[in-house]
Order: sequence, then C-alpha cells, then structure tokens
Amino acid sequence: MRTGLLAFATIYLTTALASTAAVAASEVHEFKMANGMKVLVKEDHRAPIVVSQVWYKVGSSYEYSGITGVSHVLEHMMFKGTNKHPAGEFSRIIAENGGRENAFTGKDFTAYFQQLEKSRLQVSFEMEADRMRNLLLPEEEFKKELAVVMEERRMRTEDKASALTTEQFFATAYTNHPYHQPIIGWMNDLENLQVADLRSWYEKFYAPNNATLVVVGDVKAQEVFELAKIYFADLKPSDIASTKPRLDAKQKGERRINVKAPARIPYIVMGYKVPSYKTAKEEWEPYALDVLAYVLSGGSSSRFPKSLVRKQQIAVSADTGYGLFSRLDEMFLIDGTPAKGYSVKQLEKAINKELEKVKKELVSEQELERIKAQAVAEKVYEKDSVFYQAMQIGMLETVGLDWRLNDEYTKRIREVTAEQIQAVAKKYLVKDTLTVAVLDPQPLTAKKRQPTAAVRH
Amino acid sequence: MLVINKNNFIVAVLILMAILTLSGCAANNVKTSNNKTVEIKEWKTKNGARVLYVYAAELPMVDIQAIFDAGSVRDEDKPGIANLTNGLLSHGAKLGNKKLTVDDISERFDSIGARFSAGASKDNASISLRTLTDEKWLTKAVNTMEAVISAPTFDNKELERVRKQLLISFEERKQSPDTIASEKFYKGLYHNHPYAMPGIGTEESIKKFSRKDLVRFYKKYYVAENALVTIVGDVDMAKAELLAEKIVGKLPSGIKAKSLPAVEELEATSFVHQEFPSTQTHIMMGQPGIHRKDKDYFTLYVANHILGGSGFGSRIMHEIREKRGLAYSSYSYFVPMSKRGPFMIGMQTSNKQTDEAIKVLKETLNEFVNNGPTEKELLHAKKNITGGFPLRIDSNSDISSYLSVIGFYDLPLSYLKDFNQRIEAVTLQQIKETLKRRINTEKMFTVTVGTRVN
Repeated sequence: MRTGLLAFATIYLTTALASTAAVAASEVHEFKMANGMKVLVKEDHRAPIVVSQVWYKVGSSYEYSGITGVSHVLEHMMFKGTNKHPAGEFSRIIAENGGRENAFTGKDFTAYFQQLEKSRLQVSFEMEADRMRNLLLPEEEFKKELAVVMEERRMRTEDKASALTTEQFFATAYTNHPYHQPIIGWMNDLENLQVADLRSWYEKFYAPNNATLVVVGDVKAQEVFELAKIYFADLKPSDIASTKPRLDAKQKGERRINVKAPARIPYIVMGYKVPSYKTAKEEWEPYALDVLAYVLSGGSSSRFPKSLVRKQQIAVSADTGYGLFSRLDEMFLIDGTPAKGYSVKQLEKAINKELEKVKKELVSEQELERIKAQAVAEKVYEKDSVFYQAMQIGMLETVGLDWRLNDEYTKRIREVTAEQIQAVAKKYLVKDTLTVAVLDPQPLTAKKRQPTAAVRH
Repeated sequence: MLVINKNNFIVAVLILMAILTLSGCAANNVKTSNNKTVEIKEWKTKNGARVLYVYAAELPMVDIQAIFDAGSVRDEDKPGIANLTNGLLSHGAKLGNKKLTVDDISERFDSIGARFSAGASKDNASISLRTLTDEKWLTKAVNTMEAVISAPTFDNKELERVRKQLLISFEERKQSPDTIASEKFYKGLYHNHPYAMPGIGTEESIKKFSRKDLVRFYKKYYVAENALVTIVGDVDMAKAELLAEKIVGKLPSGIKAKSLPAVEELEATSFVHQEFPSTQTHIMMGQPGIHRKDKDYFTLYVANHILGGSGFGSRIMHEIREKRGLAYSSYSYFVPMSKRGPFMIGMQTSNKQTDEAIKVLKETLNEFVNNGPTEKELLHAKKNITGGFPLRIDSNSDISSYLSVIGFYDLPLSYLKDFNQRIEAVTLQQIKETLKRRINTEKMFTVTVGTRVN
C-alpha cells in the first residue's frame, strides 16, 4: 500500500510505547518573518547534520492547459544561476561543503533541499535566498534543460507501459480537476514551452510569502531563525494571486480505457473519487479511507496479498494508494498485475469481490489491531530519517494544512472503527465515480525478436 | 506495485547511482565538536557466525540482518537457485513444534509492525528485520526470524506458486530496455564467470527446480561459518549477544563457501545492440573494475567521483547533460564486489542521438584516462567526500548497511574511522598512474538497447 509519502509516515505521538519509548517529544518551532516567510524548525540531535528545505506553494496542480510541466522545468532551471552565482555554482558550492542537494516537484509543491554537516547551514540559506528572487533564466541554458526534461519524460513515461497507462488513467478520470495532467507535462506542451512562460511562473510564485523554510537536525531553533533572518528577511514579498478552485465536473458513470503499448504483461489501474483530509466534510472519513487502504494492502498479511496473490493466485501483485494529505480531492487507487493464466478482467472481478466484502462485513478486530501496531511502529522508524521528518512538515504546510496533523496521525488512525471503514467503503467505492485503465500489451518488435547483432570494431 | 507515487513525485536532479552504489565508502574527519564515532563490536556465536554490532539508543528500535555467502555466484549449474531459496525462507517455517505457513509468518511480523525482507544479490543473500524493542514485540519478531532462518519448510505448494510468479518476472524484464541492457552488459563483461548470470536465473532452470534442490542449497550455504549477523539499535551488548545466538545459533557450523574464480580481462573492444521499440536507447559501457579489497580502491573512488560519480560538476554529467542536454541521467561507477565488479558508464538518450552520445562518452573517458583530473578537481572532490562524512552515518539504516559491507567483505573495523584519511592521502600522480593502469580504453564492452535510426 502506498498512501502518499505522508501516510504511514507522519507521526510521533507515542501511545503503546509511551512507557518504554526513549523518543524525545519532538517539537516544531514556528517563526514568521515580516515578509510573510514561514520558518519551521525541528531539533533532532541524533547526528551532527542538518537538512534544509525550501518549499513553494506551486506544482503541477497549479498549471493549466498549454503550459503543463512548467513548474518542473522551472525547478530544473533554478540550478542555472543568478548574477551572484552563475549556472552550476550552487551545486559546486554545496558539493565543496560536503553537501548533498536536489529538488523535487509534485502536484502540490516544489521544493529544494540541502543536507549538510550542521555548521554549514548558512551556505544553504545564502543560495536559496539568492535564487528565490534573482534567478536569471538564460535562454541558452533553458533550451538545453528543456531537452533534458524531454529525455526525462521519455525515460519515465514514454518507454514505460505501466507509467503510460497511469498517465492516461488520470487524464481520463479527471476532467477539470488539475490532477488530470502529469507532473512532468504533456510532451507537446514541453515542446512549445518558452522561457517567458517560466519567467512569469517564477515571478508569480517565487516569493518569501509563498515559501516555507523547513530545517531539521542538530541545531537550535532560535539560532536557525536568527540565521534565516539574515538571509531571507530583506526579500520583498509579492502579491500571490489566489488559485482557482477547479473542482472536477461531476462524473456521471463509470469510465474505461484501453492503453496500447509495447509490453509483455497486462496491468490494471482502478480509481474511485474520494475526498482528501482537506476537502472532506467529515474529519474522520479520510482516516477511515486510509485505514481501508491498510486493510486491503498494508503489509503482506493484508487482504490483497493474502487472498489475491497467495490464496486465489489470481494476481502477481495488487496494491492500493490514497493521498490523505493532498491539496485537492483525491482518488482511492487500486492497481495490479494478473498471474499467469488469468486475464485483467478476472483480476478486476476478484478485486471487486474484495471490495464488496469490505462493504458487507465489518473488518475484524485482529486486522484493526495489526494496523494500529503498524502505524505506531512506522512512526518510530520514520524518525531514523531526518530528511523524511522535514518532508512531512514541509508537505503539510505547503498544501495548506497544519504540521500538527503529524502528531495526531497515530491517534486518529487508532480511533477509526470497523463501522467507519464499512461506511466509507459503501459511500465511496461506487461504480459511478470509478475509472478503469487497462494496459493492452502490444508486440515488442514488429519483426519479431531479432537475433542480437554483435559487431566488433 | 503501484506506480502512481513514483510518477507523482519527480526528483529533478538525479544525484545518481554512483552515490548509492559506492555508499559502502565513507569518510570521517569533519571537524565538529560532537562528531559521533561508530563504535563497532565484534564477536562470534558459539557455532561460529561472525557478529558486528553497534549500540544506538536514540530510538526504541533495532535493525538485524543475517547475511550469507549464498548469492547467485553460488548457483553453479542451477541459475536462479540462490534467489529462489532465499525468497522461500519466509514462505513456511517451523517454530518449535508449530508449523508456520506463509500467512502465519506475514501475520506475525505485521501484527507488531515489524519490517521484514529477504533478498539475494550476486555476492550474498540476506534476511533483514526492523522491529521495535518493546520486549514482547521484539521477542515475537526475533522468534519468527529465527524460525525462518533455521527451520524453513520449503513448502511444495509455495514453491509452485512462487515459481509461477517468477515466470511473470521474466516477462516483466523483457519489457524493460534498462533491464535488458544491464543483463547483456554483465554477460558481455563476465562470459563464463558466475557474475555473468542475472540473479533471477533463466526460465528453463526455474521450471526445473525441485524442493530437493532448494533444501540441498540451503543446507550447504545457510550455515554459521558462512554467516554474518549485524545488529544496530537500542539493545545493549548482553542483549545483542542473546539475539545473535537466537537468530543463527541453531544453524550447523558447516563450512565457509569456496573462494570465487578470478575475473578475466576482456579480450578486445566489442559492441552489442538489441533492437527494442523504445523512444530512447539505453547505453552501458565498461569493463571489469575493482574488488572490495582492491589496493587501488580509494584512488579509483576519488577518480570516479570526478569522472561521473558525483552528479553535477562531474565530467560525464557536464559533457552529456549540462553542455549538450543529451540525457537526464548519466553516470559512471565502480561496483566493488568479492571479485572484480564492473566499471560502468551509462545513460539513455533519444534514439537519434545514440551515436553522438557514445562518441562523447568515449572522448570524455579517453581524455580523463590519458590526462587525469586537474589539481582543482581533485581538491574539490576531496572536500566533498570528506566534508560529507556525517551524512553517511546519520541513521541506523546507513550504519546497518556499512556493517554488512565491512563484515561481508572482511574490511577492517576501522574502515569508517580511516576513510577520510585514505581519501586525503590520494595524490594527483597516483590517480593519473592508476587510471592508465586500471582502465583500458582499448578493451571496452558497449551495449545499446533501443531503436536503430540509421
């Protein structure tokens, strides 16, 4: 089961472990600068390191037709220099300080990070502050980087049948809802992207009042804030235009597509429309959906692996996914690969039987206990990664939620009842909002398999 | 396997495989006031298994691994048997007089939130557990792990089911140009050496295995003399000793697996192309590189960092991506193994750019081997490698990985402590001399998988 990076992840409130746990009560310190920039610091003194992340409230779900992929291309271009630091200089300086750096773009966010030995935090601040307001976006660098991103798209999507199927799935399931479009953008939009598109995107979203700085590591919160002020406090805020809601047009019945691509084995993606924590009217519902995902595929003893893979042997794999903490309405996803001798249709039928079972019968006490134990344990494991802790805080903040939801997660999961799981299954796993995409494998070569040509030279 | 998250989450600047692959290397002389050292304790269980242990009390959890010299290099005439044997350990086992099914085992681990996994690489096979140290939960987790390691049943029904699954995996591999390239690359480099064969084996051999074959393999290689146990977490020394005895204590002592045959040099430069209906061509080139205890290890580690092992700023990334926009990911690395693992350069690019890309890769490599890095590049690389030391050991999972490398390849326990010194000691002259001696640009093997355009 994958329920977004946050799901299993978030928590640190101790319950079952309260007596034995040596886990320090972790606390996030919150600061706000006059220019609107938020600084969130969590002290973790296990190792003499620090992670610094700058999160912007922009991602592919902010984009509209014709410029899809612009957030991600801009993210690449953020490494291509300012007047103070020419192209490549950011990376060189971080490397020279023994650091690691990278960036990532999601549906609801774009973020930049450095991991450093703790005394070098200011190196990160200096450069992030500079590129927040002073990016150059040279035309020549843009052209090369756009080519790189198109290669990236080919690698991730064009040449991967299951990825293509998933992309088509979202484009079919959503009409007006911006999760319709892929994060990396449609190829034709990439081909026609202009540096001017990036510039206006940058001016629109890259400002201190649209950013959150998250620092986790062997630091003192107050000192981090003072240091941040030196570099970020003088940056001018912008007027950030509000984003249109783009609620999806109501789905009026099941949607089905076939995706033909060179492949050897079929694959199926199914999805039902559901609320996220942010859009749910009932606060408990998203947590019940999250636990439902655990029931079906949270670990090798859950229902899909136990029933579909091992008992009926109808699937090679079957999984669920749900993004509890997304910015907009979400999808309850199911995907799978049929076992040898079974069709996608048979697999879908078997999956549906499992879903019907959840609607008809209450989930057992034993299953609930297992899920609660998993949530408690995962919460401890996640603390082994300073980076991950920073991610959780940054993501919640950037989709407009409170980082305190992290603290509550285990408690919320433990409160979910068997009746609530049944209720959300009945309410949301309904045909009228279902979309199904099936990969229809095409031959890998037209001329059958050519013998390997060995040429020496 | 759900692809959705991976798609929804694009890491733009791929900081490359080399860091992952070479993460066995670490460094240690950053001048910080509270630089933590990793104190490794070592002992043997009564039946002769080696144990490496690090105490980490910060979190109420423990990581335990049992690693056996039972990787696919031990397959001999049964390709895939190491992988299948390892995979089936947790699909049925005896706990006391109780017979645990695969469902029971899953339930036992899941019910306490433990993470359990098993996997075989070319060199070894491992069983890993992460669990909370709450006494009741720890006991349940460790009892189950013990059963899986010392009393697997190799249930016939499960063998049949997993065999069917594996046959689907072969189909999956055939639709991935990346996997095809990698498989051909190892074949091209290693011919008759055990490293040539993919761990999963062949369809023909997988179809033939019987339960007896698995039991025979298990009995020969899953023995104490052939085992390493690593423990990192919130258990004290006395407890760790008990845990180690519990986990592998019931295994017979057995005998250590034989040393592997040496890897032979390539005879000449050669080139293999496989036609595949993809928009990109996957390119891999290389030759046998270094082994884990190679005397040139540190010199080549630094050299490769500059060539293509450190992402942006490295020569290959600069020439391929930053200067020409030819690829998203491009890299070079050495994979140090028991015997000489591959030195490889890789990337993927639009089919029509394949020739240009190969030309640039070759020129970049030749230039580097002929002239070496500059003094400035060397200084920069050293600063990066040594300055980043604390990041390499900042989690229990990092430390756990180091223990398995140090233990399995029999590196000195001071490996982590010495690493920065070893890096600092590398000179420009050494690199220049070593590159010429160890990388033979006249004997490179190249594989391309994609659509030929011209």
